[in-house]
Amino acid sequence: MTTKKQTAATETRQPVVVVDGVDIVYKVYASGKRANRWNGGSAKQKLREVHAVKNVSFTVYQGETIGIIGTNGSGKSSLLRSVAGLTQPTNGAVYASARPVLLGVGAVLMPSLSGEKNIMLGGLAMGYSKKETAELAPAITEFAGLEDFIDLPMRTYSSGMSARLRFAIAASRNHDILIIDEALSVGDQQFRKRSEARMREMRDTAGTVFLVSHSIKSILDTCSRVIWLEKGVLKMDGDPLEVCQAYNRYTGVTSTED
Amino acid sequence: MNLSEYAASHGLKRVGARPPFFSYLREVWRRRVFAWTLSTYTSEAANARTRLGRWWLILLPTIQAGTYGLIFGLILGSNRPHNFLAFLFTGVFLFSFMSGAFQSGASSIVGNAGLVRSLSFPRILLPISSVIQQFINLWAQLALLLVTLLVTAFDFANLSWQNPIDLDWALFPVVVLLMVLFCSGLAMIAARINAQARDLGKLIPFITRIAFYVSGVFFSLESVLAAWPTVLAIFEFNPFYDFIQLSRGLLVQGYEPSAKLWILCIGWAVITPIVGALYFWKAEEVYGRDD
Repeated sequence: MTTKKQTAATETRQPVVVVDGVDIVYKVYASGKRANRWNGGSAKQKLREVHAVKNVSFTVYQGETIGIIGTNGSGKSSLLRSVAGLTQPTNGAVYASARPVLLGVGAVLMPSLSGEKNIMLGGLAMGYSKKETAELAPAITEFAGLEDFIDLPMRTYSSGMSARLRFAIAASRNHDILIIDEALSVGDQQFRKRSEARMREMRDTAGTVFLVSHSIKSILDTCSRVIWLEKGVLKMDGDPLEVCQAYNRYTGVTSTED
Repeated sequence: MNLSEYAASHGLKRVGARPPFFSYLREVWRRRVFAWTLSTYTSEAANARTRLGRWWLILLPTIQAGTYGLIFGLILGSNRPHNFLAFLFTGVFLFSFMSGAFQSGASSIVGNAGLVRSLSFPRILLPISSVIQQFINLWAQLALLLVTLLVTAFDFANLSWQNPIDLDWALFPVVVLLMVLFCSGLAMIAARINAQARDLGKLIPFITRIAFYVSGVFFSLESVLAAWPTVLAIFEFNPFYDFIQLSRGLLVQGYEPSAKLWILCIGWAVITPIVGALYFWKAEEVYGRDD
């Protein structure tokens, strides 16, 4: 009965992102030399195919905040990188109403440059003018809580500090579609609160947010819908509480408290 | 209705689709400040951890010129080309600009993985930015070249100085512009090849070395190959040589720019960036991939 109601609602809602049968296959050279030579490993290099995402399809509507969960290596980041257009899927395609902006933990901009200069480069690459970026810079610095360190090279930052700065750069403007890849899990409690508030704000201004996180609590706090990926396959898609409970049962965690 | 038709009916576009060539170029023009800022920042950062900092911009070419001047001056002995120091420095500095653009262009995608993976912008801005960075270094070298040209015009035997500056010098900025255009194309081609087959990275030192020896940087191709005019004609079809020799013709006393060199240089400057931009743009969707 809920499904019927949902279908009726979907027809009137405006789709923002359509993921259509996305397959992502990496071809990687693996050195076949295993730790234990007795189990039949050969010492020759061979090309291995890693099927990271398998035929995933879903549609995201305007104003939704989508949480993506799954154990490590389940294809979450691969999927989101293809949603952002940074990796083209091997099969299938992603359609979107605007260019999605990805904000990931692995994304160090220029480690040898100061935080200030990274703000400038990030702003220019996102298409701001130099003047606009300069005007935004103090607010970005403040949001990231890095006033005392902004003139130091980013290589001297802790992982939490650089994640905060990257989040602040990307969140400095209302994106139509923003993808946040575990950026919040490294921030401290105080920053987590601030960024969750900012994400809700963006959601309210009709922006669509994707959030990948291992923190079930922050997923439940911010998301209106949750997608669970397991070994590259879309395992469940729907109400946050239902999906998270099923996920917790699967991983063996009993409470929803993180 | 399948999903792709559904997406199209609501005006959604495929993410990461390569835009048509001319809208791609328009987007590049819109983000030009990004390329410029990236190159000035990278250039500053390259020297930031050294004690002498920015002085390396002028120190490095001085040491380079001194080393080559000493070694080739001694090796070549009386076979030195006319007006040797001015001849050599023009060759060494312009060659290091062009080979630098080739090398840093080749690593511009591979070496900026952080930027490529986290931000979406026309990737061609990276090889362009690497050429701008080389261009910043070129200024210090040109200043040093100017000093050399003025000093070598001094005749120590007669204690007289003949002003080497003539009308030809006014045309030198045109040659620099042509050279920058050629190098941009070269950097784009190298960037794509290296992004798709890292093997190029292994070969770059050898390619640069060979180019150094066949481009007449420290000896005169004309006198070495005087007996084999056909071989000389083939060697003259080398952009590195053409830009160096044309610049010598304009700047160094005792050398004249030929019409043939002008035509060749203009040809390189027009064809290479067009071919390079098209070739690079064709693979635009591939650059962010890990494999």
